[in-house]
Amino acid sequence: MEKAAEQHILVARNLNKTYSQRSGRFGFGSTKIKALDDVSLALRAGSTLAVVGESGSGKSTLARCLLQLQPLDSGEVIFQDKNLARLSVHHLRMKRRYLQMIFQDPFASLNPRMKVCDIVAEGLVIHGLGTGREQQDKVVQMLERVGLSAADMNKYPHQFSGGQRQRIGIARALVLEPKVVVCDEPVSALDVSVQAQILLLLRSLQQEMDLSYIFISHDLRVVRHIADDIAVMYKGRIVEQGKVEEIYSAPTQDYTRNLLNSIPGRKSLAA
Amino acid sequence: MTELLRIENLTITPKAEPGRALVSQVSFALEAGKTTCIVGESGSGKSLTALAVMGLLSDQLQLGQGNIVFKGFNITHASHAELQRIRGKEIGMIFQEPMTSLNPVLTIGYQIGESLAQHLKLTGAALKARVADLLQQVGIPPERAGSYPDELSGGQRQRVMIAMSIACEPAMLIADEPTTALDVTVQAQILKLLDDLKTRMHMGMLFITHDFGVVTDIADNVVVMFRGEIVESGPVQDVLLNPRHPYTRALLDCVPDADGKKPLKPIDYAWLNAGAA
Repeated sequence: MEKAAEQHILVARNLNKTYSQRSGRFGFGSTKIKALDDVSLALRAGSTLAVVGESGSGKSTLARCLLQLQPLDSGEVIFQDKNLARLSVHHLRMKRRYLQMIFQDPFASLNPRMKVCDIVAEGLVIHGLGTGREQQDKVVQMLERVGLSAADMNKYPHQFSGGQRQRIGIARALVLEPKVVVCDEPVSALDVSVQAQILLLLRSLQQEMDLSYIFISHDLRVVRHIADDIAVMYKGRIVEQGKVEEIYSAPTQDYTRNLLNSIPGRKSLAA
Repeated sequence: MTELLRIENLTITPKAEPGRALVSQVSFALEAGKTTCIVGESGSGKSLTALAVMGLLSDQLQLGQGNIVFKGFNITHASHAELQRIRGKEIGMIFQEPMTSLNPVLTIGYQIGESLAQHLKLTGAALKARVADLLQQVGIPPERAGSYPDELSGGQRQRVMIAMSIACEPAMLIADEPTTALDVTVQAQILKLLDDLKTRMHMGMLFITHDFGVVTDIADNVVVMFRGEIVESGPVQDVLLNPRHPYTRALLDCVPDADGKKPLKPIDYAWLNAGAA
């Protein structure tokens, strides 16, 4: 068991991704922007790796490229002994069952024309898991697990609050019993009062279902609470990487230090 | 201490449903040279309160009872023309979304100059010099006056918004979540800038936020709102260190800290039921 805890479940090596952007007068020129510049990281099984950085640092691109939602220019992503970047569409889809994503905006990421039961069951249907009856049972179980009820099955997304919608998004991702879940800013659109509830839910689900998280966030206070390891991104590069406690207490890079010093509310009120 | 703004028993209701108060019996005062933060969850009425002060409420809403007194004048039912004289000149406002609050087809120099031309009748070289000066104050090179909003980053656009709002050196500044859409490092810069400007120009600042970290950094006084009502208000030390109301306590408890010492706690509404029982 001890050895298993140190195993890496997902390893990314030398990822590169370049976007070209129109520039110059009337957009006739073009500039290349390196969104990912030789990025390597490893996710330990059962742990949470946070990727932090400012907007434009490439953290969302990283999330999407890890799951092959966007093609990489070069580099490899190893999951279950396979390089995801090289898999055929068919094989990639089979692997996707174990690689799920929770999106940032709970208002934009659920199809407004679909009922909650169909949204959550969609993955089960696509992967042909179980009979219709079994799928429905699984959906109910999952909804109850994330704090919703069977009565919510026939409702539409607009009937829910932001926090509840994020719960639907979590149920949708986890009903397939994935191994790795990429959470792209899962709580940044939520009120602080709801934020803690969702973070606690993610944490207890992680223990129960033995999940490994890649947690993309710009909020360093949230990251401190949820992550085991952290990778700091700046302009498409990982500038610093390590255990959360170590990086927060002794950052070695100026950029990380600047980021940590910018967290609001560190001023002592007693003074 | 000079009192700048006093809100008394402010109540806002939808016109179609006058019985339902969106903001109910809100009262607080703001002094010159001080910052008051309004904190609350979404839907607690904090933005509506700010919009009411500016006379910018939607047509579908109405002020019930209550008074808004600015510099000793009751502006609750001021006419459109009167409000126009105050807005921009006496009270500046910074809106939440720097990406959408600027006009994309006008240069930032023009947009900053607009209120100067309107209220102070500046023209030509004098106007240009003042715009350049303002850009300098918020940390943008004055040569950028001819740039369009899409040529600037989010943080720079928010600086332009700030330059616009302080152009006429208003006595009071209303900032509605001015840093919510920004990165932390940019947020820290903007907060420092606002705090400096407040001190230099001796402005009163009404600052709306949902982030207690920001409150700690910038506020002198805090007003906590919940479902349209003020549940607690007072000096920042008192409210944050010794919250008296259970809602304030519950809200503070679920704010994660940067040191990871505080356990994460979901918000606790038990006090609501306890109060009802």
